[in-house]
Amino acid sequence: MEPHYSLVYVFLFYLFGVIALASALTFVTRKSPVAAALWLVNTMFSLAALYVMLDAQFVGVMQVLVYAGAIMVVFLFVVMLLNLGHPSELAAARGTGWKLAAGLIGLGLLSEIMVIARTKLPEQLIVPRDFNEQQLQKLNVVGMIAEPLFKDYLLAFELTSVLLLVAITGAVVLGRGRAAGAR
Amino acid sequence: MSVLHGFPALLQAADPNMPPVSGMWFYIFTIAKIMIIFGIYMVGVAMLTLAERKISAWIQDRHGPNRVGKGWLQPAADGLKNLMKEETMPAGANKPLFVLAPILSFIPALTTWCVIPFGAPWPTRWGRIDMVVADLPVGYLFILAISSLGVYGIVLAGWSSNNKYALLGGLRSSAQMISYEISMGLSTIPILLLAGNVSLNSIINQQAWGGWNVVNLTVAFFIFMVSAFAETNRLPFDLPEAESELVAGYHTEYSAMKFSLFFIAEYANMVTASALMATLFFGGWDVPFTARDNIGPYSKWLSLLSIGIFLAKILFFVFVFMWIRWTLPRFRYDQLMSLGWKFMLPLALVYIVLIAAVMLGLSAAGIPEGLWQTAILGSINLGVIILLFAILDRGRIISPAYGRMHPREIERLRLLDRQLEKRHPIVTEAGK
Repeated sequence: MEPHYSLVYVFLFYLFGVIALASALTFVTRKSPVAAALWLVNTMFSLAALYVMLDAQFVGVMQVLVYAGAIMVVFLFVVMLLNLGHPSELAAARGTGWKLAAGLIGLGLLSEIMVIARTKLPEQLIVPRDFNEQQLQKLNVVGMIAEPLFKDYLLAFELTSVLLLVAITGAVVLGRGRAAGAR
Repeated sequence: MSVLHGFPALLQAADPNMPPVSGMWFYIFTIAKIMIIFGIYMVGVAMLTLAERKISAWIQDRHGPNRVGKGWLQPAADGLKNLMKEETMPAGANKPLFVLAPILSFIPALTTWCVIPFGAPWPTRWGRIDMVVADLPVGYLFILAISSLGVYGIVLAGWSSNNKYALLGGLRSSAQMISYEISMGLSTIPILLLAGNVSLNSIINQQAWGGWNVVNLTVAFFIFMVSAFAETNRLPFDLPEAESELVAGYHTEYSAMKFSLFFIAEYANMVTASALMATLFFGGWDVPFTARDNIGPYSKWLSLLSIGIFLAKILFFVFVFMWIRWTLPRFRYDQLMSLGWKFMLPLALVYIVLIAAVMLGLSAAGIPEGLWQTAILGSINLGVIILLFAILDRGRIISPAYGRMHPREIERLRLLDRQLEKRHPIVTEAGK
C-alpha cells in the first residue's frame, strides 16, 4: 500500500470494506429471502461508498440507483408477490454438494484476487495521481465515463447493448412460450 | 453552449478575493448548515400538516383546526398525542423490519437535501459559504439514487406487518414507484442535455442565462410533476394506502410515533419533490433579472433574498400538491399503470430525441443560449403540448381518474380472462 493516504481515508476504506464483507456473508447465510435481499442491498451500498472513495462517483451513484434502487426492489417485489421462502421450500434448496462447490469456487476466486493484488500493475494502467481531478475539471463527472465509452470503446459498448437486447428478447420469448405451450 | 463552458472560470475570476471557506471553519459552517436545515425542515414539515388541514378546509368550505392555540399549536398537540400513544406490535410481525421500515421511509427524503442548493453564496470574513451542504459533482444523480430508495420503507412496512392489506399496499407501491421512477429519470435527461452537466448548481446557472426550464422544456416538467406525485404517493396516486380498498394500506398495523413517522416522511418527500421542481424547472434560488447573485460580488442581503425566493417557490409547489389532493379523485390501478408505461415512458423517450435534435439544429444554426433559444424551444414545446392535449388525447391515450374504461379495452380484458381461465382453471386453495 502507498503510505500517503490520510488516516480518515484508511479508516473509511476498512469501515466500508468490513461492512461489505460482513453483509455479503450474512446475505448468503440467511434463510429468509427478504432478509437476504436486504443484506445484499447493504453490500451494494458499501461497494458504492468504495467506488466514491476511488473517485468513481458516477459508478458509485449508478450502483445505488440501478442495483439498490431498481433491481433489488424488483427482487423484493417478486419474493413478496409469490410469497417465496417457506421453510419447506428452503430445506431442499441447498444440498451439501452444492454448498461445497460454491465454497470451493469462492476460495478459487479469493486466491485469484490475492495473486492479482500481489503482481505489479502494467504500465498503461497506471495514471498520474491527480489524473481524476484533472479529468473532472475538464469533462465533468458524466463526461469522464462517457468520453472513453463513446469514443475508445464504442464497438464494445454497442455490442454489449445488443447482447442485453438479446437477453431481454429471450426473456420475453421464454415467458410467452411457457404461457402458450402449457396445455 | 460556449458561454456555459466558460462560466465556472468566470465565477472564479469575478470574485478572486472570496475563496470558499476552508480548514476548521469549513467543518463548523457545514455542521451549522446541517443543523439549521434540519431544524427548519422538521418544523416546516410539522407546520405543513397544519397547512394541509387548513387548505383542505378552505377548499371544502370548512373551518379546519381552530381549537389548540387557535389552530396554530395543532401540530404540537398531534406530536404529543402520537408520542403518548401505545406502540402496538402485531402478532407474527417481523420485528426488526417492522421498526426499521418507518425510519427507512423517512431518511431518503432528508438525505436528498444535502445536495440541493438553496441560496446564493454568503460572504463572510473567512471566505465564501456556498448555500448547499455538499456540492457533489454527481448532484442530480445522487438525488435520483437516494430517492429511488424511498420505496424500501413502504415495501418493508407492508411485508413485515403480516397483514394482507399492508402487503397489498407494499406491492402496489413497489410497482408504482419503479414504473414512475423511469419516466421521472427520463424526463430530466433534456435538462441535463441543456445544462451539459449533472451538478445542480450548473443547472441553476444554465437557467439564469438561458431562461427557466419550464419554458424550455415544458413537456418534461409535466412528466416530472406527474411522476413526482406518483413517487410521493399523493393523491391521485395514493394507491398504496387507498383507504376504500386497503383499510390504510402499508401502514395499517402501525400506531403511535411509528405511524406518525410515515406521515412525516410523506410531507418530507413532498417538500423535497417541490424543491426539485423549483430547482430543475423554475430557476432554483436564482434572483431574476440580475447576475450579481451568480457571479458576485456577493452580499448577505442578496443571499437572504435568494433563499426567500427559493422558499417561496417550494411553498407554491407544496400548495399545488395539496390543491390537487383535495381536487382530484384516485386513479384506478390499470389507469395508473397504463399512464406510466404506455403514455409517459414513450413520451419521455420521444421528447429526449426531439430535444437532442433541436439542440443539434440550434448549434448548427449558431444560435447561442439566450432569448432566441428559449423562444424556439418554447414554441416547439407549445406545439407538442397542443398536439398532446388537444389532438391526441381526448380520452384516447389516457383516461382520466373519473373515466370509464374504453369498451374495446373491456372486451380485450374479458377475452384475456376467458383464455386464462381455459388454460389455468382457478382452483381455490381450500378445495385441495
